[in-house]
Amino acid sequence: MNGVHDMGGMDGFGKVEPEPNEPMFHAEWEARVLAMVRAMGAAGAFNIDTSRFYRETLPPHVYLASSYYKKWFLGLEDLLVDKGFVAESEIAAGHATRSAKPLNRGKFTRDDVERIMVRGKFGRAALAPAKFKPGDRVRAKNIHPVTHTRLPRYVRGHAGVIERVQGCHVFPDSAATESGENPQWLYTVVFDGAELWGADADPTVKISIEAFEPYLEIA
Amino acid sequence: MSDHDHDHHHGDHDHSELSETELRVRALETILTEKGYVEPAALDAIIQAYETKIGPHNGALVVAKAWSDPAFKKALLEDATKAVGTLGHVSRVGDHLVAVENTPARHNMVVCTLCSCYPWEMLGLPPVWYKAAPYRSRAVKDPRGVLADFGVALPKDTEIRVWDSTAETRFLVLPMRPEGAEGWSEQQLAELVTRDSMIGTGFPKRPGAPS
Repeated sequence: MNGVHDMGGMDGFGKVEPEPNEPMFHAEWEARVLAMVRAMGAAGAFNIDTSRFYRETLPPHVYLASSYYKKWFLGLEDLLVDKGFVAESEIAAGHATRSAKPLNRGKFTRDDVERIMVRGKFGRAALAPAKFKPGDRVRAKNIHPVTHTRLPRYVRGHAGVIERVQGCHVFPDSAATESGENPQWLYTVVFDGAELWGADADPTVKISIEAFEPYLEIA
Repeated sequence: MSDHDHDHHHGDHDHSELSETELRVRALETILTEKGYVEPAALDAIIQAYETKIGPHNGALVVAKAWSDPAFKKALLEDATKAVGTLGHVSRVGDHLVAVENTPARHNMVVCTLCSCYPWEMLGLPPVWYKAAPYRSRAVKDPRGVLADFGVALPKDTEIRVWDSTAETRFLVLPMRPEGAEGWSEQQLAELVTRDSMIGTGFPKRPGAPS
């Protein structure tokens, strides 16, 4: 979706301001939110792409005004309500008042912690040969899906070169809507700065994205 | 999407707003616990693992090894997941880790314009600036300007390559080894490797420079 989360190339957000000696969390609740998101995801309540989609669909003014973990929390609440794991009335009451919905992988316990400290595997067996090879000139399609996509707006319609073939991966656009993994080839595609930002762009800059095959066509 | 009203829950960044968030987070944890989805001790253990097991010290050991061992460096640049997997003292990494090498001709910088993708196992949880709008918006359009915000200036003719992490591949920058650390052990070299040097928004420390 063409949301405010898709920030590449936007102006007006000001300087980057690194915080010296930044703590891992700025409040205890941030850590609890991170842990709840990881635990409920690992228990099978949702996949990572769905959770990203829920953060992206927060109202734009909420997305822009909320801290990172606040966005995670708001997305988590919405997701758990929509998927039937928690009821609005329970959130209002602050307690469970209805029976639980079974989780695909069961309750998340201490024994599950170690396995989630290594990222999940997203590589999948290829269903067809890769369409593109390193050196091919490709164009990012001018597409505007209203659901989750990992094709940022700033490259759409622009031509670049395939640099690497990264294997065949779960397709986030499908996974986010729980339409299956629909594995697709993934490529590193490199664009010249001038192709994306015009003739005045810094000639020394190149930008790459990781693009799934359905995002690309031969240029 | 559910339709409960977010407008009640944001706006003023004053103390009461923070408290309200804290209460709501606690309430959700209570509900998830009462429904038998999670146990609080497991959440504690997740947080403890993030606080103790991951962090830029992991990435620093990998970089120091690559600076010291040409065969490891070659393996790292070919398949970083596999190469890091051979190091017993570094936590295990997920698939699709990609190491990209800085050279005098080319500087690499990593961003996630769409969210906050970052090599957690190598660098820990990302800093706030990495996840915030100024970095995510400008890194792909004006990387030299972003580097200037970090006090970093590159030669005018150095190529800058920005990697936008739009999939599950994760990027680790292999910075250039600083001069003046000849003969140093991997452990000593690792002390020179900063988090930002592995994102591409900084350089390693110089030997002898105040830390």
